[in-house]
Amino acid sequence: MATLEIRDLHVTVEADNSTKEILKGVDLTVKQGETHAIMGPNGSGKSTLAYSLAGHPKYTITGGTVTLDGEDVLEMSVDERARAGLFLAMQYPVEVPGVSVSNFLRTSATAIRGEAPKLRTWVKEVKEAMERLNMDPSFAERNVNEGFSGGEKKRHEILQLELLKPKVAILDETDSGLDVDALRVVSEGVNRVRETGEVGTLLITHYTRILRYIKPDHVHVFSAGRIVESGGAELADKLEEEGYEGYTKGGASE
Amino acid sequence: MAEAQNSPTLESARAGGPLPVGSTTAGSIAVAAESTVATRMSAPPSFDVTDFPVPHGREEEWRFTPLERLRGLHDGTAVATGEGVKVDVQAPEGVTVETVGRDDARLGKAGTPVDRVAAQAYSAFEKAGVVTVPKETVLTEPIRIAVHGEGGVAFGHQVIELGAFAEAVVVIDHTGDAVLAGNVEYILGDGAKLTVVSVQDWDEKAVHVAQHNALVGRDASFRSVVVTFGGDVVRLHPRVSYAGTGGEAELFGLYFTDAGQHQEHRLLVDHNTPHCKSNVAYKGALQGDDAHAVWIGDVLIEAKAEGTDTYEMNRNLVLTDGARVDSVPNLEIETGEIVGAGHASATGRFDDEQLFYLMARGIPEHEARRLVVRGFFAELVQQIGVADIEERLIAKIEEELEASVA
Repeated sequence: MATLEIRDLHVTVEADNSTKEILKGVDLTVKQGETHAIMGPNGSGKSTLAYSLAGHPKYTITGGTVTLDGEDVLEMSVDERARAGLFLAMQYPVEVPGVSVSNFLRTSATAIRGEAPKLRTWVKEVKEAMERLNMDPSFAERNVNEGFSGGEKKRHEILQLELLKPKVAILDETDSGLDVDALRVVSEGVNRVRETGEVGTLLITHYTRILRYIKPDHVHVFSAGRIVESGGAELADKLEEEGYEGYTKGGASE
Repeated sequence: MAEAQNSPTLESARAGGPLPVGSTTAGSIAVAAESTVATRMSAPPSFDVTDFPVPHGREEEWRFTPLERLRGLHDGTAVATGEGVKVDVQAPEGVTVETVGRDDARLGKAGTPVDRVAAQAYSAFEKAGVVTVPKETVLTEPIRIAVHGEGGVAFGHQVIELGAFAEAVVVIDHTGDAVLAGNVEYILGDGAKLTVVSVQDWDEKAVHVAQHNALVGRDASFRSVVVTFGGDVVRLHPRVSYAGTGGEAELFGLYFTDAGQHQEHRLLVDHNTPHCKSNVAYKGALQGDDAHAVWIGDVLIEAKAEGTDTYEMNRNLVLTDGARVDSVPNLEIETGEIVGAGHASATGRFDDEQLFYLMARGIPEHEARRLVVRGFFAELVQQIGVADIEERLIAKIEEELEASVA
């Protein structure tokens, strides 16, 4: 069973000629089939955690370990992490001019699966996945994220999640900027993947709204660069009522 | 991606109101009383090199060009060496291939040299090549002209003439090492269709400066595909004018500028005749220190050219730091009675965020770069319409990318 283990992770970022520590000792274990929600106020370091796990060059790991099934993730390049089974659905997916969605998806699937998917079954697979996400077929011929609306970008991320079938999926504020209909469609996509029982999900969010659609097994409150409280789904209800104030007031130290 | 796009409407041109003007490039649209395309040249067109002063580099037409790397083509110190280049013409049956003297009446009909190097070439060549496709002859095989540099200095002149309703594809390949200045003329009879692919696949030291003049007959179609990969300095000047109404010109270009290379494409479409069309699309990728691409796109719609329909576009993809692009579209409109006129220029970077995004989907770095560059050029390559050329270009682009990864 695939397991992502994060131990005492410290991460810094360079900003304005100074080094700032964003993550200050994160401990978290995500097992295949589990869904963990990480909730926290803006600036608490949630997205830094997501991007650090994916290997974004902007972030420097200064301490701690991350392993996937015992393999050292921090030693891997960005593409190796993806091929090892990590997936990051980005909050701000990047435009890639000149590369069509269909070409991108196929190149990515080829890289992740280690061989080119058979064309006929692949076309069907993509078509069906797009239909489930209410995506128009013409979408496949557009350039990656170019001119996409906010909702289209997020659906495109979830489409990749469904096609690439990672071991661990990190969803970075996938709910932000979505209206209720789009949120429902996107959540259904995530749930389809979760129901296979083959993915560990790390759901990073600022709002509790998405947790009405995607039921987490564990909820963690993130504040000032670390997890400050963990619990079950009921913790989300508490956050819904009380907000993050109890965690940021006096709890955070800079 | 920084972008400047303009589609000036008939209304705004007519009303004389504020015209949309390119913002991030040096692009401009002018409703001119007097042609700035003509006046900003330092001397009027001439076949005689002595009519042009030796450029010092600050002239509008030379300001982007590294004169010191032209090996004397611009100041008269470059002297033909006899074995400068070897030209081999393979033509299907029905085509006439001739080598003629300077006094041949068919030379110089499509246009006049507009700068000192083109005039130098015209003043210095000894023999000219003339390829003629008789009227109503439709070729099924391309005419292939191989220009191979043998390491010397050469001045060339080539005429390709299609009679009325003739159809032909011409592929001109430039390889090897040379210092070459030349003029190429394309003369299209009424209703003729000509596709010319000029590939500059020079060795790394080559210097190539040429003016291409196309004279498009009534209802004729001219398609030019300029592909520049090699050379130290390549500076091409494709120009089009029309001999009758209903002419169409498509000018496609593709360049891949590597470290240290200077590749300059200066286009002019002179809409001097009513009811003609032109479409210009040039795309370039750059990589490496001091890779320098220059694109000048001049379109002139003369007062008499009512019913003109024109669009010009330049896109650049900068793959690494240290590369430089100068992209200058100019649209000059002397009449508002046109179908359409527009231009667009954009230079974008293949940046770290794009690389991260693609790699985060498992795609290795070199594959990610290849994906982006191939995608960038594919749209243009598909418009060429000559299958074996398309395949060759894709293969060549791959080769350039492989070299960059290594």
